[in-house]
Amino acid sequence: MAEQRSLRAWGDPLFRGLTRTFAVGILLLLGTMFFMLWQESAASIDKFGWHFLTSASWNPVLEDYGALVAITGTLVSTAIALVVAVPISLGIALFLAEIAPKALRTPLGVAIELLAAIPSIVYGMWGLFVLAPLMSDYVQPLLSSTLGFLPFFSGPEMGIGMLTAGLVLALMIVPFIASVTRDVFLMVPTTLKESAYGLGCTTWEVVKDIMIPYGRKGIFGAVFLGLGRALGETMAITFVIGNAHRLSWSLFAPGNSIASTLANEFTEADSELYTSALIELGLLLFVITFVIIGLAQWWMRRMAAPGGH
Amino acid sequence: MTEPATRTPRLYAKPRLDAPTANEGTALVDDAKIQVRGLNFFYDEHQALTDNTLDIARGKVTAFIGPSGCGKSTHIRAYNRMYELYQGQRAEGEILLDGVNIVGPGVSALDLRHRIGMIFQKPTPFPMSVFDNVAYGLRLRSNLPRTELADRVEEALKGGALWEQVKDSLHQQGTALSGGQQQRLCIARAIAVEPEVILMDEPCSALDPIATGKIEELIEGFKGRFTIVIVTHNMQQAARVSDYTAFFYMGKLVEFGDTESIFTMPKEGQTEAYITGRFG
Repeated sequence: MAEQRSLRAWGDPLFRGLTRTFAVGILLLLGTMFFMLWQESAASIDKFGWHFLTSASWNPVLEDYGALVAITGTLVSTAIALVVAVPISLGIALFLAEIAPKALRTPLGVAIELLAAIPSIVYGMWGLFVLAPLMSDYVQPLLSSTLGFLPFFSGPEMGIGMLTAGLVLALMIVPFIASVTRDVFLMVPTTLKESAYGLGCTTWEVVKDIMIPYGRKGIFGAVFLGLGRALGETMAITFVIGNAHRLSWSLFAPGNSIASTLANEFTEADSELYTSALIELGLLLFVITFVIIGLAQWWMRRMAAPGGH
Repeated sequence: MTEPATRTPRLYAKPRLDAPTANEGTALVDDAKIQVRGLNFFYDEHQALTDNTLDIARGKVTAFIGPSGCGKSTHIRAYNRMYELYQGQRAEGEILLDGVNIVGPGVSALDLRHRIGMIFQKPTPFPMSVFDNVAYGLRLRSNLPRTELADRVEEALKGGALWEQVKDSLHQQGTALSGGQQQRLCIARAIAVEPEVILMDEPCSALDPIATGKIEELIEGFKGRFTIVIVTHNMQQAARVSDYTAFFYMGKLVEFGDTESIFTMPKEGQTEAYITGRFG
């Protein structure tokens, strides 16, 4: 009896301690990872310093490494993915939440969520075997004949490259953005929408003036979720980005992203400096993701503050 | 009330000269803005309203009372065809607005809703500034010059008894106001477009007594200018603000008449039982 009581008295502090340990564990893990990456890339940091960030050279033979191509590839492919995926996702979410007949909503919603469950390597294979030929046969010729005066849409029409990688990424993040955004739209109070309809608004006006502004925080959250996924995506990108350490204005040209460089070259790294340079790339991806997500959080908080837009 | 000369006819159907009359003389008024004739309403297979026939008097306040689920809200949601937003909801019968049947094809719901404003149970400020909230309906339909828009917004906010509180902070978010102020903002937004009819669906049920009092004062002041239909659970409120009262029970209009007679000498036993608090 007495034992039981003392156990009950200890239960709460014990539980509190346990959960706190788990929570603090996350921070420790994050810190340790950063520290390890830093330590393991010491050789590369010592040798190249800040020059690592600005050098576009990646030459295992001469042992000269720079991250510019990979960083550019990561940022550009992510940017293409967002530009393509955000409007499509918004459209899907609006259709599911507001326009689709009730009988269609659930099957379509489930289908969208299932897209998110497809392993990324499958997207990669699809990108290489299906999308890339379509790109080289139809999309790239069309783009170069219409927008070819821009440096982005000129050059060899090979199918694989930065644009294809961005499109595969877009396809991969659409389910995430669309399903979260749909939930955000479903949370807009019915009476708020009805008040707007009650003033004589069309569906489009209700969407544009009421639903999107009302849910903007959630929508940005959904976009950042997709952004986070796109930045680190490895397998799908590795298949279609072309894996060339070359900088080019053309989105048709093959490139490389941080993640795809790591996936391709880690097993081949035969010297200490090579390995160290690859780990430094990982460190950079870590920092880039951290900074972008941090900025996003800061921006969202600022937007949510009273008087913010 | 005569229509302002500037108002262009917005309904495309021709007025009916042979507006059908109600079977029971009790549901009619002399100068009707809205004539409801044999209104049936369905949620899929479920019939929520059965053969409702009544008149809404022009420039007066008509209160709809009755226990929850009796069809009061369903009834007014037919006036601006709000039900059309939802699959499986449909109305049968006639609702004549100034003699024109607004149920069915030929009348645009967008135009109709521009003429018939609606206030909801919970305040529904749009996610934008106080000024933009009130200007929203005006901007939908016309391209007023800045100064005229500002005048109309000021006028509407004064009409909603909110101008004094917000005139120095027109650019704060509408959601930053208190509950009562938000509801007055919604009223200002509704009256800014000069509707002919205002539907109020329990406009005070989320408000404290002081805020409720202010809304009731506004309604009192609107008499003669707007035709108002107010759904309320509050008997005293119906008695205080309305000229006519309709009592609904299980989708049927049980009794309709001028408010004083309904509350002092109801003809139907059900009405009496409800207003004296014996059921509902």
